[in-house]
Amino acid sequence: MARIIGGITTSHIPAIGNAISKQMFEDPYWKPFFDAYPPVRDWLEAEKPDVAIVIYNDHGLNFFLDKMPTFSIGAAPEYQNADEGWGLAPLPPFQGTPDLSWHLINSLVAEEFDITSCQEMLVDHGFTVPMSLFWPDRTSQPGAQQIKTIPVCVNTVQHPLPSPKRCYKLGQAIGRAVASFPEDLKVVVIGTGGLSHQLDGERAGFINKAFDLMCMEKIVNEAESLTDHSIHDLVREAGAQGAEFILWLAMRGALQGKVKALHSNYHIPISNTGAGLLLLENAP
Amino acid sequence: MTSKDQMPPIPGTTIFDGAMAMKGYALNKMCFSFNEKINRDDFLANEEGVMDRFGLTEEQKQAVRSRNVLQMIAAGGNIYYLAKLAGIFGLTVQDVGAQQTSMSVEDFKAKLLAAGDD
Repeated sequence: MARIIGGITTSHIPAIGNAISKQMFEDPYWKPFFDAYPPVRDWLEAEKPDVAIVIYNDHGLNFFLDKMPTFSIGAAPEYQNADEGWGLAPLPPFQGTPDLSWHLINSLVAEEFDITSCQEMLVDHGFTVPMSLFWPDRTSQPGAQQIKTIPVCVNTVQHPLPSPKRCYKLGQAIGRAVASFPEDLKVVVIGTGGLSHQLDGERAGFINKAFDLMCMEKIVNEAESLTDHSIHDLVREAGAQGAEFILWLAMRGALQGKVKALHSNYHIPISNTGAGLLLLENAP
Repeated sequence: MTSKDQMPPIPGTTIFDGAMAMKGYALNKMCFSFNEKINRDDFLANEEGVMDRFGLTEEQKQAVRSRNVLQMIAAGGNIYYLAKLAGIFGLTVQDVGAQQTSMSVEDFKAKLLAAGDD
């Protein structure tokens, strides 16, 4: 049977993609951020997961306001990246695993989550930046040997956004779906985005370190206490785009075993954001 | 129910809900088109023509002409799409943040750094 071996969360700021493309790993601004990632890569190298379920938000590459699904899941053999408007060269495509994608979709809809399935899905920085941070050498291998991915996209663009509680429950349902897949696969669940930041309005530049650190602590073993926050609470405490924390909660919901934090880092600022990293083991 | 009208407002923050998404549709649709370079080039060559083609309101056109992000947001602009417009002019989110908060870019960056101190 398939099993979820762990969960990882990371911020996904576009500037990180730019810094990676320019190899700014030793730059004084970037070094404290990038130096936090090798322990996660070491763990991935040791555990060798087959599939990464990446829970992220699209920022206006694949979806526009004409059609804005609350929850959408990729069901394609591969996913393309594309120019998001600032001219960065698109990354090589990411490998999919349609059998497991459809199993997720079937299981989630059976559990009353109304999912939009996508046989074509452009993945933006919310998906690609974490992939580049965790698998920097991905494209040195032929496609068939690369980590397989399933994009799970949650609307954080247009309110109403799904509540923290709903996202946590979505994660729980993803966990049950993976556990019922008959193939022997090791799966890692990635929640991207956050932590506190606000790009728009007179409150632009808002960062809330105390709230971020509280969330990073509680999500390990008291995650359900965080699901009582409303979206309005998250916007107030973590900034308009800090509501992306719902993606972390969806990741956490998928871990139904004994959860232990193996590594974490918090750094201010990367771009306008409090940048968080967390590696959680999900032991049987 | 939790309509935004029944929630206490958050200072300096616009909740981008259905009403704003309807109000800003033309402006956001134009900015969404800037994912493609050909449309960015088109805008640089013929800004007024592109705004006409997408049917921007006069309020939206004026906000774009004056490069005023707060006015674009008031006219229904969503920051994720507006970021693509800012990208045409090579502006970062620090540049955009500084403009919205009436700070210099250096002061805005210093404020971000200071958020890590306490």
